[in-house]
Amino acid sequence: MTSLFEVVSTESSVDTPIRRITVTVNGKQHTLDVEPRLLLAHLIRQGLELTGTHTGCDTTSCGACTVLIDGVPVKSCTMLAVQADGHDVTTVEGLASASELDPIQEGFRDEHGLQCGFCTPGMMLTAKALLDENPNPTEDEVRWALSGNLCRCTGYQNIVKSVLLAAEGLRAKDDVEEDEAS
Amino acid sequence: MTDTRVAARTGTAPRIGESARRPDGAPKTSGSFAFSSDLWHDRMLWGGTLRSPHPSARIRSIQIGAAVAVTGVHAVLLHDDVPGQKEFGLEHRDQPVLAGDIVRYEGEPVAIVAADHPEAVRMALEAIVVDYEVLAPAVDPMTVEEVEPIHPDGNLIRRIHLRHGDQDVVGDVQVEGTYEVAMQDQAFLGPESGMAVPADDGSIDLYVATQWLHSDRDQVADCLGLEPGSVRLTLAGVGGAFGAREDLSLHVHLCMLAQHTDRPVKMVYSREESFHGHVHRHPAQMWYRHHATSDGTLVRVEARLVLDGGAYASSSSAVIANATCFAAGPYRVPSADIDGAVVRTNNPPCGAMRGFGAVQTCYAHEAQMDKLAEALGMNPIELRLHNALEPGDELLTGQTITGTAPVAEVIRSCAEHPSAAAIALDPMELPGGAGRTAGPEDVVRGEAFALGFKNLLFSEGFDDSSEAACRLEGGVATITSACAEVGQGFVTVAQQITREVLGVEEVVMAPATTATVGSAGSTSASRQTWMSGGAVKEACEKVRVQLLERVAAQQGADVSDLVLVDGRIVSLAGGLDIDLAEATAEPVEADVVFRHAQTWPLDDDGQGNAHVSFAFSAHRAIVDVDTGLGLVKVVELTTSQDVGRILNPMQVVGQLEGGAAQGVGLAVMEEVLVVDGRIRNASFTDYLVPTALDMPPVEIAALIEQAEPGAPFGAKGIGEPPSISSTAAVAAAIRVATGLDLPRVPVRPTDIVFPEGEA
Repeated sequence: MTSLFEVVSTESSVDTPIRRITVTVNGKQHTLDVEPRLLLAHLIRQGLELTGTHTGCDTTSCGACTVLIDGVPVKSCTMLAVQADGHDVTTVEGLASASELDPIQEGFRDEHGLQCGFCTPGMMLTAKALLDENPNPTEDEVRWALSGNLCRCTGYQNIVKSVLLAAEGLRAKDDVEEDEAS
Repeated sequence: MTDTRVAARTGTAPRIGESARRPDGAPKTSGSFAFSSDLWHDRMLWGGTLRSPHPSARIRSIQIGAAVAVTGVHAVLLHDDVPGQKEFGLEHRDQPVLAGDIVRYEGEPVAIVAADHPEAVRMALEAIVVDYEVLAPAVDPMTVEEVEPIHPDGNLIRRIHLRHGDQDVVGDVQVEGTYEVAMQDQAFLGPESGMAVPADDGSIDLYVATQWLHSDRDQVADCLGLEPGSVRLTLAGVGGAFGAREDLSLHVHLCMLAQHTDRPVKMVYSREESFHGHVHRHPAQMWYRHHATSDGTLVRVEARLVLDGGAYASSSSAVIANATCFAAGPYRVPSADIDGAVVRTNNPPCGAMRGFGAVQTCYAHEAQMDKLAEALGMNPIELRLHNALEPGDELLTGQTITGTAPVAEVIRSCAEHPSAAAIALDPMELPGGAGRTAGPEDVVRGEAFALGFKNLLFSEGFDDSSEAACRLEGGVATITSACAEVGQGFVTVAQQITREVLGVEEVVMAPATTATVGSAGSTSASRQTWMSGGAVKEACEKVRVQLLERVAAQQGADVSDLVLVDGRIVSLAGGLDIDLAEATAEPVEADVVFRHAQTWPLDDDGQGNAHVSFAFSAHRAIVDVDTGLGLVKVVELTTSQDVGRILNPMQVVGQLEGGAAQGVGLAVMEEVLVVDGRIRNASFTDYLVPTALDMPPVEIAALIEQAEPGAPFGAKGIGEPPSISSTAAVAAAIRVATGLDLPRVPVRPTDIVFPEGEA
């Protein structure tokens, strides 16, 4: 028996409606047959086995399931998988390269921006969207950007510091890349 | 004993006192860290739980035929299917694994299902027909002792009537007050989840997020009718705990389903189910009368405390002991009459949550201290300093403080810390933010201070221990402990301790499991740095002694001349320099059980040397209040804490900030709304926890370091105090801003706009 949470194969029973979708997840294109009711979070977690995307509340409140859709943070627990058809999805597994952590991941690790770590992937992806748009945010801007993601362990202060450190790291990285390009 | 002899150190791996990074930081940021909800087995079934919709009912019958007939269903199990003991419980085995003929709270598990698919589980749960005779729930904790018992153990879980000193003392000045604390949820982010995997020999493996593997193991084994050795628990990734994982939730259910189907079974609670699936912080109703002389010396405190334990005991006995023993706060009080009771009702069960017992009474005793200061015309900080406990003073229990108690230092450093709080000019920073209606001229500011304390470790004669093993081989140390890492950073500290004692760089933390090592005790009561940290330290020290003796014998050297440093064994006199990896080609191992100083039960008057050690904290809060809409913005929170010794500064600060956030939540927004025994807000849309915008930066005024006797490196536990005095400080600041009594937390907008009797 195939789990409905998994990608449903075309041989499924006739009364199960199936939609074919194409999504790019962390740079890799997938063509998948899914049930229309399948949640994006479940497709990512069980179908694609990317368990770094967590579900904490089921009601779009906590943000542990945040992923980027075309660079925009979206809570994947209340988005249908079919709505991601034709779009680019980035999960936490897409942040790091094979050899090194992303500056945002380094920021959270180095500034103790996590304790239990359950909120961390969602926090980092929301932070990435912020820093892509605003490479030099103030502390207030970071707090506003993260205000849709809950953390129960840290009291947020080290998370804010982590994002500010990541911003520094990213700006330094950009400078190096610009120097190398010129 | 720590080796204090000097040898040049060149290694860079952080040791005691340094801000070592978490070893799980990289996997937790890369997404590869497996939480309990990420477990997967190709042959696994999904489990689910049918819960009572009624807070009180008699079960006439349960029909499972239609559920069993659902395609894909492998098992539907009821009360009679529990193979061993039908009840579990942390302190009293009084809670049915599955309800028998009575349900005592809304959400009590009645039946469990395993199926090859979550949708089949859902359909099967809907197909079970339970015929309930609905009963009127007993939900008022103030009167429940007078009504018919709702449980064979009775409606009183525990009463402690503490009487200390001369009972006829009367103060020149008296202040009285009645206070209430609502039910708080731990609201960890990773809902309950786990997987049970049956073995061919009838034994079973359970992978679960918990705070105390061995206590779970013993309860699960009894309920399954198995020997403890036939049940192996392994810690799965824990998404926060804060007390809510100290009791069993889905543990026995998973194992029953796995045994019955002979398949691995996985279960994950939804957030709504999680609100029903774990215990909460006890709601409290408290009456106080403080007596003082006209110069502000406390002479007597009277209090009546009633905590609502809900339907089952959980850790209620320990919670009421804390509430009672620490009812008057960290002050010298020569005479006291404290009557503390925790009762059973048909409300949701309550148990452990960070600071348990002390949070509730801190809110009340600090309100009383402010009231007393006002009655005396005295500065509230001066009043606290005047009465602050010191080493050698007696507690309400008659116990003398033999360890450290830097109460005055905690008060002074916090109160004197300069405030950086500016008056908000940006309208978005005013209470209500974008939704505000008040202009700056309608916003009032308040500043206030609160002090709290609590016992560290387990009390009242509990046989508390932690086992740890250290193996040093090829220059790499491996630490085995069943201590539950729930996010607090034990794994970091254990590595630092090991590096400190053995001079190694690489420390491997073996998986936490009941299969390889004895109990580490609970990750609660601020006890693991002390207890399991102490066990790791002793195990490493034993390894060091064995190794140096072996090397001394081999080399004909004097053992007292040898030290371990930077992965080498060197003689201080010179001449010997051996690579540790070579010296430990043949491993050196040690296993120790660490115990804290003995404690004793409380006597009939609540007197006795019941506690090991104490930790003190202070918070100063500054709030802005929109009195028109009743909105509160916590502008600044400053804290000082008695920490013993700092083992990892970054982790200490992280605990202080995170704990304070939970305190702010209880002060202004967090409440499990229970109406007639039913939870009305079992979701994160309706149960609000502080966001990054609700939490101000926490200013650390001082971490007071005075090494605590008996603690490893002198380090006290630090996890709970931040949640104790923060709530009281924020509530007090709102009082100062508004001039209202505010005898209840959380302070709701209506409490400010329409204060009862104060209109």
